[in-house]
Amino acid sequence: MTTQAPVARTYRDYGQPLWRRLLISRASAVIGALLIVIVVSSFSVKAFAKPITMTYLFLDIAPILLIALPMTLIIITGEIDLSVASVVGLSSVTLGVLHQGGMPIEGAAVVALIVGLLCGALNGFLITIVGLPSLAVTIGTLALYRGLAVGLLGTTAVTEFTEFWTDLAKSKIGDTAIPSVVILIVVLAIVFAILLHFTPFGRGVYAIGLSPEAARFSGVRVERTKFILFLLSGVISALAGIYYTLRFGSARGDNATGLELSVIAAVLLGGVSIFGGRGNLPGVLAGALLIGTLASALRLANVTSDVINVITGTLLIASVVGTSFLAWLRTRRARPGGVPRESLASAKS
Amino acid sequence: MRVVGNFFKARETGILLALVLVVVVATVKNPSFLFSPDGFRDLLLTPSILLLLAVGQAIVIITRNVDLSVGSILGLTAYLTGRLFIDVPGIPIPLVFLASIAFGAALGLINGALVAFAKVPALVITLGTLYAYRGINVLWTGSDRINSSDMPKDFLALGTSSFLYIPLLTIIALIVLVIAGWFLYTQRAGRELYAIGSDPAAANLYGLKVTQRVLVAFIVSGALAGLAGVLYAARYGTVNSQAGVNLELQAVGAAVIGGVAIFGGSGTVWGAAVGAFLLVTINRALPIIGVQDFWQRAVVGVLIIGAIVLDRVLALRQARKLMEMRDDS
Repeated sequence: MTTQAPVARTYRDYGQPLWRRLLISRASAVIGALLIVIVVSSFSVKAFAKPITMTYLFLDIAPILLIALPMTLIIITGEIDLSVASVVGLSSVTLGVLHQGGMPIEGAAVVALIVGLLCGALNGFLITIVGLPSLAVTIGTLALYRGLAVGLLGTTAVTEFTEFWTDLAKSKIGDTAIPSVVILIVVLAIVFAILLHFTPFGRGVYAIGLSPEAARFSGVRVERTKFILFLLSGVISALAGIYYTLRFGSARGDNATGLELSVIAAVLLGGVSIFGGRGNLPGVLAGALLIGTLASALRLANVTSDVINVITGTLLIASVVGTSFLAWLRTRRARPGGVPRESLASAKS
Repeated sequence: MRVVGNFFKARETGILLALVLVVVVATVKNPSFLFSPDGFRDLLLTPSILLLLAVGQAIVIITRNVDLSVGSILGLTAYLTGRLFIDVPGIPIPLVFLASIAFGAALGLINGALVAFAKVPALVITLGTLYAYRGINVLWTGSDRINSSDMPKDFLALGTSSFLYIPLLTIIALIVLVIAGWFLYTQRAGRELYAIGSDPAAANLYGLKVTQRVLVAFIVSGALAGLAGVLYAARYGTVNSQAGVNLELQAVGAAVIGGVAIFGGSGTVWGAAVGAFLLVTINRALPIIGVQDFWQRAVVGVLIIGAIVLDRVLALRQARKLMEMRDDS
């Protein structure tokens, strides 16, 4: 979706020592920013340094963190999934309607996950088998899934849930201030990090993002990979929907409206390139935490929650414009010498 | 004859037929849908605001970009309109129009400058400004709310009165549509937008002013959202900080349903306009046909997906036809 010729890709300069490469990476910049925000707000915002802040921080951003995992992989392949928040809504309504009809939470949750899987399958089918652009498809399914959710429940809400489950969603690990949902997030984050960074499947994801054709010629099953990613996105979104429902004890058709924007903002802020092929999970997790921490610090500082939107938007723009500005600076610096650093590095090898 | 033939082959015709079908079915079920003064007026009036947004969106999408911030721009300019009437008593109405359009254009310029100069995809930039503009709107508006009593009667009359049975709002929207359609179809700069959308790199090598054209496309989209904001205030009479929320997806949806390819280079503003009419009319027709209005969004989703699948099928058929022609010659 750019009007210019694709920017020449700059590869990390492997001529430099490891510590320097790690230090100048985008992920570490976001992690650094996160640490600065935490330290500054601990001193300047009253009540920020209390354990309860962290409890609510994690409870609030758990859906974003969860959905950001598959979204990262999807964006790295150069696709996008705008329908995630609608899947959250649909799975929430499924859970609510079935539970109201007398089904125990466990069974209803399994059905909700299957609904999420089917939503992902429809996206994947239209994108990989029919061959439609993911942006257009998921704008359509964004409306479709949300429409089904709102259609099923109307303006009513299901609020009768077994206390055991709603308590579990809000519970903490032992005596610590860390909510139990963090365990789920950590486990899934590790699974996704291994999948993306340490398996052939993950290398394929990067290869597709850099060049789908080259990936196909080197044996990556492009369509199958993308299809699996959209399935994962559907299931994880449904899981986030179940959590969302139980945490607030309320299943509504309009649950989590607009969440897709927060998720995409977190992923892009975390250094994933919208062109595909670049980015990593630690950066994304830091990006999501950065947005969440800023939001809770500002809320505690009595800034209205609306400023947070301005900050999320500005951060998103600043992060992408900043990256592009740095790239421009680098090419300018390389020009007087006549030979860009990248080609020097490749000449050496 | 060629004009007639082209009409039946055009992508827009299918959507137009769907629109006619919806109107006919709804009218058969309930004659007052069309054959009553109110029904006829609403049929034309309700889609007008979305039509303006869809035209702007189509222009941007044709250049292979997208503008997700139009809903937020509409919200800001609608509030500005009300604010001007309150803070500057007796301000002439045309001046309010100019101010809001200029404000919308300025917001569009920010989008365009970030996209064109920073070379960042429009999807990301306008996603960011969608948030940022809405946040500024909420900060500015707070829990305040502009009521119809705050605005002059002449202005509010714009939103309800008609000329020759056609609502004024619709006339304004149609004038904008005709100008945009004429410009894109006949003018050099308009054709260049298609060239840029088809292949940005080639357009650049060919010497087209890609940056400048994209910038202008975003300014136009912003200005039209600004105009839509003024009309929103006139039509509904109340403006709070949530005016125009989620309209951007409807605008993109209208353009896509109308045959504007999401990856640029093809489609017309006529199609986007018919798409806007279809979206809004279906929403109004559903309760009449007996479908609860909760299901409207699902229908919209099916429409969008149906439209892109149809486009894909048509494109494949066209490609096959071109291959056959090449083989024959």
